[in-house]
Amino acid sequence: MTSAREQILTRIRSAIPTGERPAARDVHNAVARQYSRVGQLQREPLLELFEERLRDYEAGVYRCSEGEIARTIATVLAARAKNGLVIPSSVPRSWLSPNLSFLADDGLCYSALDKVPGVLTGCSAAVALSGTVILVHTPEDGRRALTLIPDYHLCVVFADQVSETLPEALGKLQDQAAMPITTISGPSATSDIEMTRVKGVHGPRVLDVILVI
Amino acid sequence: MSIRVGKAAQAAAFPDAAKPLLNNFQIRRNVRHATEVIRNKRANVVGEMPDWEALRDAGHAIKQHTLLHLDTYLQQFEEACTRAGGIVHWATDADEASRIIVELIRSKGEHEVIKVKTMTSDEIQLNPSLEAAGITPYETDLADLIVQLGNDQPSHIVVPALHRNKAEIRELFLREMKLDQLGDTAEDLAAAARAYLREKFLRVRTAVSGANFLVAETGSVCVVESEGNGRMCLTLPETLITIAGIEKVIPTFRDLEVFLQLLPRSATGERMNPYNSIWTGVTPGDGPQSFHVILLDNGRTNVLADDESRDTLDCIRCGACLNVCPVYRQTGGHAYGSIYAGPIGAIVTPQLLGMEHSQSLPYASSLCGACYEVCPVKINIPEILIHLRGKVVHNGDAPLEERMAMKVASLALGSSARFSVAQKLVRIGQLPFQSDGKLSGIPGMLAAWTASRDLNAVPAESFREWWAKRKKGQPA
Repeated sequence: MTSAREQILTRIRSAIPTGERPAARDVHNAVARQYSRVGQLQREPLLELFEERLRDYEAGVYRCSEGEIARTIATVLAARAKNGLVIPSSVPRSWLSPNLSFLADDGLCYSALDKVPGVLTGCSAAVALSGTVILVHTPEDGRRALTLIPDYHLCVVFADQVSETLPEALGKLQDQAAMPITTISGPSATSDIEMTRVKGVHGPRVLDVILVI
Repeated sequence: MSIRVGKAAQAAAFPDAAKPLLNNFQIRRNVRHATEVIRNKRANVVGEMPDWEALRDAGHAIKQHTLLHLDTYLQQFEEACTRAGGIVHWATDADEASRIIVELIRSKGEHEVIKVKTMTSDEIQLNPSLEAAGITPYETDLADLIVQLGNDQPSHIVVPALHRNKAEIRELFLREMKLDQLGDTAEDLAAAARAYLREKFLRVRTAVSGANFLVAETGSVCVVESEGNGRMCLTLPETLITIAGIEKVIPTFRDLEVFLQLLPRSATGERMNPYNSIWTGVTPGDGPQSFHVILLDNGRTNVLADDESRDTLDCIRCGACLNVCPVYRQTGGHAYGSIYAGPIGAIVTPQLLGMEHSQSLPYASSLCGACYEVCPVKINIPEILIHLRGKVVHNGDAPLEERMAMKVASLALGSSARFSVAQKLVRIGQLPFQSDGKLSGIPGMLAAWTASRDLNAVPAESFREWWAKRKKGQPA
């Protein structure tokens, strides 16, 4: 008996004209891509757009300079009444205010992650047009569970990580395409009840972003 | 071979299924409200994209190209996924896919699975197969949970519980989750689902997911979602089983830049949905360490073989065509007797099932073209509907009334003398049903037509009769 694999491949080959097919790669390269691949905005309007789109999802947005990251994190946490967060092991020490308690992830079990007050990470890219931050789950951005189970996510985004369009942002990640990647656009939400976006289901219900300029 | 599309095989014909739904004012109100909201949101976020048409063109071109090289891309996906530690299975039909999944779960000694929204698993009726094998499936998408707890049927591709309003969902949660109290806002309901499912996410060790895209180049899988239940299922369990139709493959990682713009704006009217997960095989120390993908045919290669309807397989399951369809908006999804409802369902279901089933579906459309206009990958649904109607007639499966009517029409229209006699006969025959120049309530084979439409009466004098009567030289 031929395997399911052979049966399906045979059926496909008899369903489509395979006789004089050019190489798939050549045809694919010739696909017309007239959509905007590269953004047009200058730096400041670009960052404003990113902020506006994040706020549209009800994410909190804060701006600071590189030297102010630790202080800004402390301010944001005070506003959220939190005194510490879990962090991926590679988060720069310079971000961490000594007055707060940060717990480096050394493979915490899921039920432990369910009890932490939140998580602090960087990111690998961001998209202004859709208010999206993109995590590539390296030691810097943390493993996937880290930014999933806790109810609060504070994400540090550097201005030069922000692209205007999704094609630009994904283009930057091409070399890491086989790593686990998560794109995050606002806090967890659902549109399942009467088609209205409601904040907060299973992922972090609160997302704050610190934009470093 | 067993092909199932949900429970479609036992479903009633569309007009019969639609009748009671048209009298269910609650469902109609819910469907109208929800589709109205989503249509407006979609129009807004699509309107702000000056390159929308270019994105649609690219999406269409990529999908068309992929289908013509489907064998190449599936093998490429298989190779890359396998290299990354995934295990790829192939299933020719629903039974084979269900059997593979049940065996995988049994081999792990598990009796429970968490599931993240997979239409394909509904298509193959996986849940009954799991239950028959003593495995309890927990749906984790909020709408799927509402459908599962209510022992209901999905009615929309993206929002399966669209036919339920807040008050109904609250009643259901109070009863099925055995809650003493529950607020009545959408936030309260979402919070109840969070609490109910969190324990299962942390405990259950096997997950079943669908896939929005399979990336041939990298062997990656992409799941598009909102709530985070997808991420939970894709990340926390030890074993992940993903089931995907063979048409879900796209050539490259870069192609995601097109579809991840088209899909959220079309599906939920958002600039981007909260979460997209992209993963490749197994990553040590992060996520499931055992990963299986099942590539499902289940009738898709038959669709592929039909030049005129091949584009059906371009569908990215956004549901935009449902929300704008004047027929869907009146009947809701249940009338289609398939988990694939609306215009796309009307072309997917009969093709996957074979034309001998669900042959009323190609007629469940006014061919107004709204579906084509909103389709993010430019599937010409009206054209495919007409093609499928042609198949129904060609197979001799058209309704008897229609065949008789066509015979009579061809006789009457075949000669001018017969046509003129026919006109005179109709003029007399129509008298009892006529009012204000319109006909209604005609019995017999025209009943179906006039039950929901006005038919213009044949006028007292035809143009030909007037022309013959007029004096030569008289101004027209």
